[in-house]
Parts: sequence; structure tokens; C-alpha cells
Amino acid sequence: MSVGDYIRNSQIWKSVFRHPAPTDRRNRVVVMLTNFFLHLHPVSAKQQGIALSYTWCMGGITFFLFLVETLTGVLLMFYYRPTLEWAFYDIQALRDVQTLGIMREIHRWGAHAMVITVWLHMYRVFLTGSYKPPREFNWVIGVLLLVLTLLLSFTGYLLPWDQLAIWAITVGSNMARAHPFLGGEGPGFQLLNMGGYDLITNASDAKFLLLGGRFVGEATLNRFYILHCVAVPLVAAGLIAIHFWRVRKDGGISQPL
Amino acid sequence: MNPHPDLTSSVLHGLGWYYLILFTMNLLWTVRSFKVDGEFDKRTPVVGGIPVAAVWAVLSAILLMLSAAHFTGGSDPAKFVIRLPEWFKNPVDAFFADPVVYFAGSVGLFWAMIRFREWWIRESVAWSMLQASLIFMGLSLSDYDFRQIVGKPDNVPIVAMLFIVSFLTWIYFKRAVENDKRIADGRPLVGSDDNDKVLVWPDLVYTELICMVVLTAGLIFWGVALEAPLEEPASSVKTPNPSKAPWYFLGLQEMLVYFDPWLAGVVLPGIILGGLMAIPYIDFNKAGNGYYCFKQRSFAICTFMFGFFPLWIALIVLGTFLRGPNWNFYGIYEVWDVHKVKAANNVNLSEFFWNAPVMSSFFGGLPKGSSVLTILVRESPGIVFIIGYFALLPPILGLTILRKYFVRMGVLRFLVFSNLALWMAILPLKMLLRWTFSLKYIVGIPEWFFNI
Ligand code: HEM
Repeated sequence: MSVGDYIRNSQIWKSVFRHPAPTDRRNRVVVMLTNFFLHLHPVSAKQQGIALSYTWCMGGITFFLFLVETLTGVLLMFYYRPTLEWAFYDIQALRDVQTLGIMREIHRWGAHAMVITVWLHMYRVFLTGSYKPPREFNWVIGVLLLVLTLLLSFTGYLLPWDQLAIWAITVGSNMARAHPFLGGEGPGFQLLNMGGYDLITNASDAKFLLLGGRFVGEATLNRFYILHCVAVPLVAAGLIAIHFWRVRKDGGISQPL
Repeated sequence: MNPHPDLTSSVLHGLGWYYLILFTMNLLWTVRSFKVDGEFDKRTPVVGGIPVAAVWAVLSAILLMLSAAHFTGGSDPAKFVIRLPEWFKNPVDAFFADPVVYFAGSVGLFWAMIRFREWWIRESVAWSMLQASLIFMGLSLSDYDFRQIVGKPDNVPIVAMLFIVSFLTWIYFKRAVENDKRIADGRPLVGSDDNDKVLVWPDLVYTELICMVVLTAGLIFWGVALEAPLEEPASSVKTPNPSKAPWYFLGLQEMLVYFDPWLAGVVLPGIILGGLMAIPYIDFNKAGNGYYCFKQRSFAICTFMFGFFPLWIALIVLGTFLRGPNWNFYGIYEVWDVHKVKAANNVNLSEFFWNAPVMSSFFGGLPKGSSVLTILVRESPGIVFIIGYFALLPPILGLTILRKYFVRMGVLRFLVFSNLALWMAILPLKMLLRWTFSLKYIVGIPEWFFNI
């Protein structure tokens, strides 16, 4: 008996994988049903629906990049403190000192790539008309995922706390100041007042809410850190789960009727 | 010594590698185009008496020599001759350093892409275009200012995106044109004769696995090759010029040139997202679900692509590569000179209206005063224009040229659709008005922060 067979016949191995290797038809079916990760997929599918030339695998690539970002992101969190005192120098140390510093590169390039692949996935879904009934609602969930992907990228941009970061966020968050009704310099904010006092001022408007202050500062860093590392990823993960569920429930990947 | 040399030995080496890669690509392509149906054969395709493969062989040879020249000519970069000449760069900058030409060009390209789809999906044409753009890139990289902006680590993904998007669009049109033909002839779609149910293990799972391995390798390579940027520590007093949003928002930032932040930064993004979500509910066309095609859905495809290419990607490219200090427009080889001034003397619609000779002789020019009524009267031309645009145009269109849609969509759906379409048109419209009449605001009420 070879070592491989010995391992595959051990109690430990069998407790993890409840069936023989997927080398014959029966076990190829069983593996899809018993493995937690594989059960996202159906057991069988139309050949053209799963063809690379049809889906470009773009949704799958986006999901994979999301996982890469999660993994590298958690590793980066071990090295990073979101305070004015440390943020910049912790990132600098990633470049100059830490062995795992390459994680920052992978995290950043992965984020850029994910923005691009989400667009391309949407482009493919549009070109194949896959948003048409019965998949209308999954398209809507997709648009929400697009927003979340951009938000993830945007909130992460601030964390290195260098010149690039704070000015990009300043430019972006200045938009919130101009929010109609809710921004301190937006049209119609004067209409929201009580007994002659404006309810919306630059210390109580949408920009203030976003930044936790009137300018990009320590409170902003904290807010963006929590949004970036906890809040947005959680929501995105939840929506991705629903997105995948719906792909299955709407009849699998679209095909000509 | 020149602090900004166009060429240094490390640049020359980099370009040497670049051309070596192009050479390898073309060598493989030469072999491929020599074969007939994947087999070596005497009946290799010929144009004008010359085998097609010979043309590519010549290109490969030139690229190999270029590469060798870059590797060996590195000792005195200042004297190196293979670079873009000034007589090429200056006119290119002078001509393209203008949002009007740029935008018109991108719309023209978009039109040509659709109009000539049957021509450019041909493999030899597509390959020639790819090679032309790669060689253009390589030559341009010999320019200092081009390298400064295109070589920024954060901008590299954009360049990559341009190539990937073009490639996928090519794939799409290739499939769609073929399917269009088959539909017209009543033949089955591409691949429909080979569409049995297959097991996901191994058919899909293996594809995914290979994808993951390739991507991981790619990301690690990218991470090693290119260091993530880190500038000086944040300082709230030193404002960089230009201050740019992250690259994927530069299309929105470009809209700030034409609209105030409440529109460009809040309302228009909201409409874009709302409009995207509305697509499945307003597209009543049942055809083209689950396969690539063009003719059956030409309106939908053209509209989406118009939004995606000229209005989104082209504006990102513009914002990233062509906007410099003070948000001025710079050519791709132009120095970012902070002192470049561009006189902007834009005029509001209300000023046009009330200061027109006839009006001013009757009413004495622009109404002055800050009461609500005077403001409304002053801005009445713009208000009428906006109401007409969003409230009257849809029913008028629905009863005339878009009658076909109106009948099939019903009132509510048609109104949503036509308003979204009008919102989409508002950016090009405002651009045109700005460029032709130097129009600043259609409705300009700074008193209420309400400018359109
Ligand atoms: C985090 C972002 C996203 C992830 C991880 C994701 C993932 C996926 C995956 C894995 C599929 C299976 C088929 C394929 O790979 O193409 C899929 C299908 C689909 N996605 Fe997404 N997606 C995302 C964003 C979007 C966006 C932005 C849209 C559109 C606005 C969208 C709309 C759809 C639709 C309609 C389908 C069904 C396609 C069909 O049946 O052919 N998704 N998605």
C-alpha cells in the first residue's frame, strides 16, 4: 500500500472527505453535494453556460479577488494602527521593514483589479442580456455590489494617510457638502430650519456625517477604517451570498431559451 | 545635465525588454498565420503575391532589431536616436490638448467601432490594431512627460484595463456578428450543437482552479514588479495641484467642469445607479437573453456602450492622463506647467437672455435684486428650458419619433425611460453648450446654491 493510499484510508482523511476521490461519475456528483465550498455550484450545467468564452469567468474572478482582499486585508490589519500618529509610519514600515510588506502591494493592486473586473462582469451580463426576466432582481443586487466595491476601494484609499490619500478623500467628500437639502452648501438646505435656525450647517451636514468632522482628520480615519475593515465587507459578503443564491434559483447561468 | 532626460539607460533597457516581448508575440503570430487550419501547408494565405506570414515576419524582424538597439545603445542615452521626434509630439499635443477634439474623437471612435464591426473583428485587422497601439505605447514611453503620467503605479491598471476592455469587446463583436448572421439565415446559434449538460466537476471546477492559479501568480508578479505608492505624510495645509479623486471616480470629477457639485457629485451619480438598476424593468425586448447578439438589441447595446465608452472610460482616461494643474488640459507629451492659463469667461443663460439687444432695450438688462420673485424672473429662461426639457420633451418624443416605444412600454415605463435618456444626454449637451456659447449655467441661482 502506497503512502497516498494509507493516508486516504486513514480515519482522519475519511472524516474530512466523506467519499473517494472524484474520479468516476458517481463520486464527481457526490463531491459537489458534500463539499461546502463546491456546493455553491450545481452538480451539472449546460456546457455553453459555463464556457469561458461566455462568462469570461468575470463574476468568479471578482469573487476570487474579494477573497484575496479579505485575506491580505486581515494580514495588513496586524501591522496597521488607524491613528494620526501611526497610520503613515505603519504603512511605511510595510514597505521598508516588514517581511510581509508585499501584502500591501497585492492588496492595493487587487483592489484596482476588482474595480475593473466588476465593471467587466457587468458589461458581460449586459451584453448577453442576462438581466432580462427572470434575472432582473439579481442585476439590481449586482448594482448594489458595484456600489459596495467602489465604496470599499474609496474608504481604503484614505488609510495610508499620505498626501495622495487625504486629498483624494477631500475631493470626494466635498461632494457630500453639496448634497441637496442635506449638505451645508447644497441647494435647499436653508429650507430645513426651525425657528430661524438652520438645521443643516457645516457641522451637521452629510459631509460632517461622513468625515466625523468638518475636515478629513482623525475621526475620519477611524470612520473609514471601520467602514473599510468591518462594515462594508460584511454587507458585501452578505450580498454576494444572496447574489450567488439567486444565480442558482433563477435557473443557473443564462442560456438561450 | 538635464534633470528630466527623455531617455536613461534603465528606460532603454526596459524598452528593450518591451520590444523583445512584442517580437515574441509577433513571431508566434507569424507561425500561426502561416498555417492553414492549424496545419503547415503549401496553400498558406497570400495577399498581392506575398504570403501574409511574410509581412508579420518582417515586423518581427524589425521589432527584434529595435530590441537589440535598445539593449546595446544604453551607454550614452542622450545620443540615442530611436525616440519620438518633436515634429511629431508638438502637433499631437497641440491638436489633442483640447477637450472638444478629445470628446468628439471618442464619440467618433465609438461610432466607427459599431459601424465597422464586421471589418475590425477580422483577426488580421484586430492584430494589426493591437500591434499599432503597442508600438505607439513603446515609442511614447521614450518621452519623459508621457512616462511621468502613464507610468505612475496607480495608473498602470487603467492602461491594462484599456487593453482588456478592447479585447473583450472584440470577443463580443466577433460572437455577436456571427450569431446575427446565423439568426438571419435561420441557423442555430454558435455552440448550440454542442450544448449538453456536463458535470461541473471537472468541467467548471478545473477552469476556476486554473483561473485562480493564474490570477494569484499575476498578482504576486505585479506586486513584486510595482511598488504601491506612498507619498509624503498627509498635510492639511499643502494642497497638491491638481487634487485628484481616486481614478475610478475621475469621470465624475470631470463632470465638475460642467456642473456644480450637487449635480456632478450627488444627483448624476444617483441617476447613473438608479438608471442601471432600472434597466431590466424598462427593457421590454425579450430577444437576446442568454447569448451574444447585436442586431436584435442594437438600441440597448448602443445606449449602454455609449454610456460605458465615451461617457465613462474615456472620461476616466481624460481625467487621469490629460488633466493637470488647475484642472487644465495637457497633451500626452506636454510638461505640466503650473502657469498655463486658460481664460474662462463663461456666461449664464440669463445674461445672454436679458442682455440681448432687444431685451435690454425693453427691460434694461439683467433684473437686479435678491427677492425671490426677481431671482425667479431673472432665471426664468433657464427654468423654462429645464421644465421643457424634462417635462415636455418626453411626451412629445413619445407621440412622435419614439411612438413605437411608447406604445410597447406604457406610460410609466416610457416616462422613466425617456427621463433617464434625457439625463444621460445632459452631460454631452452641456459640454456642447459650453464649447459653442461659453455657457456657464442654464439656471444660475448662487443665492440658493442652485446652479444647473
Ligand atoms: C462583488 C461583485 C460581484 C460578484 C462577486 C459577482 C459574482 C457573480 C458570479 C460568480 C456570477 C456567475 C456567472 C459569472 O461568473 O458571470 C454572477 C452572475 C450574475 N451577476 Fe454578478 N457579481 C458581482 C457584481 C455584479 C454586478 C455589478 C452586476 C450587474 C450590475 C451583476 C449581475 C449579475 C447577473 C445578472 C448574473 C447572472 C448572469 C447570468 O445568469 O448569465 N453582478 N455574478
